[in-house]
Amino acid sequence: MASQAHAVPASESHEIRGLVDTRIVAFYLVTGLIFLLISMLAGFLFSMQFLQHYPLKGIALFSPGKWRLIHTNGVAYGFIANIFLGMMHWAIPRMTLRPVFDKRLSWFIYVAWQAIVLATVVGLLAGQAQALEWGETPIWVDPVAQLGLILVAINFLPPIIRAPGPMYVTNWYFIAALVWTPLVYAMGSFIPQYFFAGAPAGAIGGMFIHDLVGLFVTPLGWGMMYYSVPILLKKPVWSHGLSLIGFWGLAFFYPLTGIHHFLFSPIPMFLQYGAVISTIAIEFVVTTVIINFFMTLRGSGDMLRSNIPIRWYYVGMVNYFITCLQCSFQTTLTFQKIIHFTDWVVGHAHLVMFGVFGFWLIGFVVQILPRACGKAGWYSNSINEWVFWLTSSSMAVMFVDLMIAGLVQGYQWRDLAPWEASLKASTPFWLVRTVAGTAMIVAQFMFAYNIVKTLAAKPVAAGAAARPAAGGAQPGLAPA
Amino acid sequence: MFESKTGIFLVAGLGFFALAFLVMGLLPWLIYRGEPILTVDDMVQKGIVPEFVELAERFPKQFAQYFGKPDEKSFAAAIRRGHQLYVGEACWHCHSQQVRPVSNETLRWGPVSHAREYQNELQMPVLFGTRRVGPDLAREAGRRTNDWHIAHFFKPRAVAPLSVMPEYTWFFDANGVPNRDGMALITYMQWLGSWLDHYPYYQGEGPAGPGPAEKVNMRGI
Ligand code: HEC
Repeated sequence: MASQAHAVPASESHEIRGLVDTRIVAFYLVTGLIFLLISMLAGFLFSMQFLQHYPLKGIALFSPGKWRLIHTNGVAYGFIANIFLGMMHWAIPRMTLRPVFDKRLSWFIYVAWQAIVLATVVGLLAGQAQALEWGETPIWVDPVAQLGLILVAINFLPPIIRAPGPMYVTNWYFIAALVWTPLVYAMGSFIPQYFFAGAPAGAIGGMFIHDLVGLFVTPLGWGMMYYSVPILLKKPVWSHGLSLIGFWGLAFFYPLTGIHHFLFSPIPMFLQYGAVISTIAIEFVVTTVIINFFMTLRGSGDMLRSNIPIRWYYVGMVNYFITCLQCSFQTTLTFQKIIHFTDWVVGHAHLVMFGVFGFWLIGFVVQILPRACGKAGWYSNSINEWVFWLTSSSMAVMFVDLMIAGLVQGYQWRDLAPWEASLKASTPFWLVRTVAGTAMIVAQFMFAYNIVKTLAAKPVAAGAAARPAAGGAQPGLAPA
Repeated sequence: MFESKTGIFLVAGLGFFALAFLVMGLLPWLIYRGEPILTVDDMVQKGIVPEFVELAERFPKQFAQYFGKPDEKSFAAAIRRGHQLYVGEACWHCHSQQVRPVSNETLRWGPVSHAREYQNELQMPVLFGTRRVGPDLAREAGRRTNDWHIAHFFKPRAVAPLSVMPEYTWFFDANGVPNRDGMALITYMQWLGSWLDHYPYYQGEGPAGPGPAEKVNMRGI
């Protein structure tokens, strides 16, 4: 198993030519994971409030609500964005055989992005949140983050645009995501703050919540899958036609779905219907993508056992299918009556953001980090096994737990039970949620330990160790 | 087009996004364009809630220090600050401000929320909310006394033994009197829904107010 991280010896030559800045990849991956740990601890803190045992009661700076904001924003901008940036630094030059637009710009973006995330944390603690879910970044951070996102597009688009010949699927997703992300951010951060009020602001807010997932995280995630999975399985994606359907289906339907976050609201009803229909349509598109990837896996099923990144990726895909299937039901008015505003939605959000994209990103770190740091492999593969099983099983527990909690809450509310009755009924579920979350956090700390130990190992000598002799000095492989 | 750079950049990237924005974003704005977006100063012209005056009477010294006299101007300042705290403390991630026409919500809280109620500067961005750990607050005005809110913000479990709402002790001074922020937040609570002709509404009182939201005559809005 030790060799699984080195399944792509052929591409080493790109590093030699200095196309891939492996250092920045390593920096992004490690920074992203640090933010994941912080965000998870913030989530743990907030969950303790639900058990009436908040450890830091009475301290304004530790107001539970504020740490809830840090939890979600930290995940979105600290964890997910950082690792995706590292991933693009790794994948784009390899696919296009061209460096990014400017390596100094890359480092500038790296530093600026961390400053943006930290400024967001400070702003949130100072009570300056913006009333936009997932986009609570204070209004003075928004223009800076906007600029950062535009710079990211400027840095990554040129190699893709300049590369001749037909584009690989991954790059379709990357182009689209690089265009969409700044647009989505601009739309969400500025329009409902300065131009629209009320229901129209809600329509924009709903689109923002959903587009952030659908037009920023999802396309980068699938782009990453189309990149990594064939490399690890050593075979092409099963059907090019399905790849096309998957991409264009997502591109068309996803942006139309946002209003489903506010059904039965004063947003015009026919638009709510439109959003519901688009959401259900997405489910069909998703099914084609899932079929495509599982047909690709056919014949290599053994890799699920032997290759940890592949396992992260495919379990993430199963979770993706589950969330999308769940989504096509919960978006209907029938389900909305009961589950809206309940923990069902919280479970759904965790399965998407962590069970799918979190899993993929962790899988990517497992696949790439030792190579990006010039190490022979992981310090311990069995720790990585533990991380996988602990994380994925507790994710499953949390999801099912919150889903049932949501139903209980929804029915109690509808039945006009006293509010406190629903709190009482929810408490066991909240306890399970905290326990499952704690297990996830423990797993991530084990992963962190593995990383620290791996980084502490001696770098691979030039031309030696597990990779085929590339010969000579490897400037791109300097230890991080 | 389906695999070309320009196709993906222009059609999928810019085109589909613009289409969705036009249909799902601009259209609702066009539909509600006739509804002016009120400022807080517009809204307080219709009078201040009695609870604000009561705060001034109950804590004359502190109130005078924080807000001066209970008039439209200080009322507006209190609401604005209360809203700011409501957002900054993420109350809106545990409370919604939207009564839906389903699941007996009208029986629990009162009339269904109407688009017009949200056409004001304190709903930029809108505070529909997405999670109800605690109850909806769109009809909170007058449901509880100031004293109840004071006790509740200081120690929610003093009045609701199973509450999981945080203790907001930093909204109080050393003597347990609400400080400026505390008074502002209570004022904001007492204002939410005070624009309706009939309020407060208590659960169990039968059908909500005079009828569906469309027929509700909203004071000032
Ligand atoms: C962790 C979630 C949570 C947060 C954060 C929270 N609340 Fe609550 N809130 C609750 C719960 C649960 C209840 C119901 C039990 C109770 O009355 O305390 C409640 C009840 C209330 C009530 C009483 C409603 C009624 O009439 O029965 C008010 C008012 C209120 N909250 C205001 C606020 C404000 C203002 C904030 C922000 C400063 C806030 N809450 C933050 C959970 C929360």
